[in-house]
Amino acid sequence: MSASKKDMRTPLGRVLAHGSAKSGTGDHIRQRITALAMVPLGLFFTGFAVSLVGADYETARAALGNPFIAVAALLFVVAAIMHMRIGMQIVIEDYVTGARLRSLALIGNFFFSYAVGLACLYAVAKIGFGG
Amino acid sequence: MRRRAINNEATHAGPSGSADLLVARNGVLRMAEQRQAVERPLSPHLQIYRLTITMAMSILHRIVGVALYAGTALAAWWLIATATGPEAYAAFRSVADHWFGQLVLFGFTWALLHHLFSGIRYLVWDEIVATSPKAADRISWAAAIAALAATVLVWAVICTMRGAI
Repeated sequence: MSASKKDMRTPLGRVLAHGSAKSGTGDHIRQRITALAMVPLGLFFTGFAVSLVGADYETARAALGNPFIAVAALLFVVAAIMHMRIGMQIVIEDYVTGARLRSLALIGNFFFSYAVGLACLYAVAKIGFGG
Repeated sequence: MRRRAINNEATHAGPSGSADLLVARNGVLRMAEQRQAVERPLSPHLQIYRLTITMAMSILHRIVGVALYAGTALAAWWLIATATGPEAYAAFRSVADHWFGQLVLFGFTWALLHHLFSGIRYLVWDEIVATSPKAADRISWAAAIAALAATVLVWAVICTMRGAI
């Protein structure tokens, strides 16, 4: 609201085109669908992780290599990464001020989410295909 | 300039026509201009409101979500280690079996289950169910307690398994 007195634009003119990007609803729905998917997946993988407590390398690999487990794990990773990318974006947009810092944080959020996500997907696929 | 134009319009409007409307528009315009100079009140924040369970759960949901975000790196490490080979897996195990690793994993378990149970509330509320203050409080307490109970259950199972091994 620090518009100079010489600015002849109206308050409305100043804010036009600075509002919603008109793409937030997609993220809102995606956040809820991934949440719904992760209720059973989260409970299942908590149990799965417990079953692998103290497991040796061969046991862990065989368990993760089971096709059903592997596909469920891939689903879980995809849902989790999508969910956490959106969640962190909301947190950044709420608390990180300053255009430069906010942009960097948002870009970093994408980098971290995709890096972790692809690492997990690659690992599960490698175990599943026995490479 | 635009204001002057509207002023002229208002001045020239006949008594029978839309003079009232134009005066009203002029008034709105003036209010909008005044508002720029006024310090706007800030909305009350955390330290102003009495702490309620729904508020605490909302804050915790966010904090725990951010913690889980970082925690995914640990999950990725576990998967990559298992995909890489016995040595990498052993290295992961040695850290995970350390008391500090166990503490982190305990926290991870609670964070995951808390975010999960707390998150179910939002899905329920999306269906306009349990939205009254009393019901909202009740399912919030239920989610917090369920998450703690589930965490204790998980680690009781783990300890029992360890005892058996």
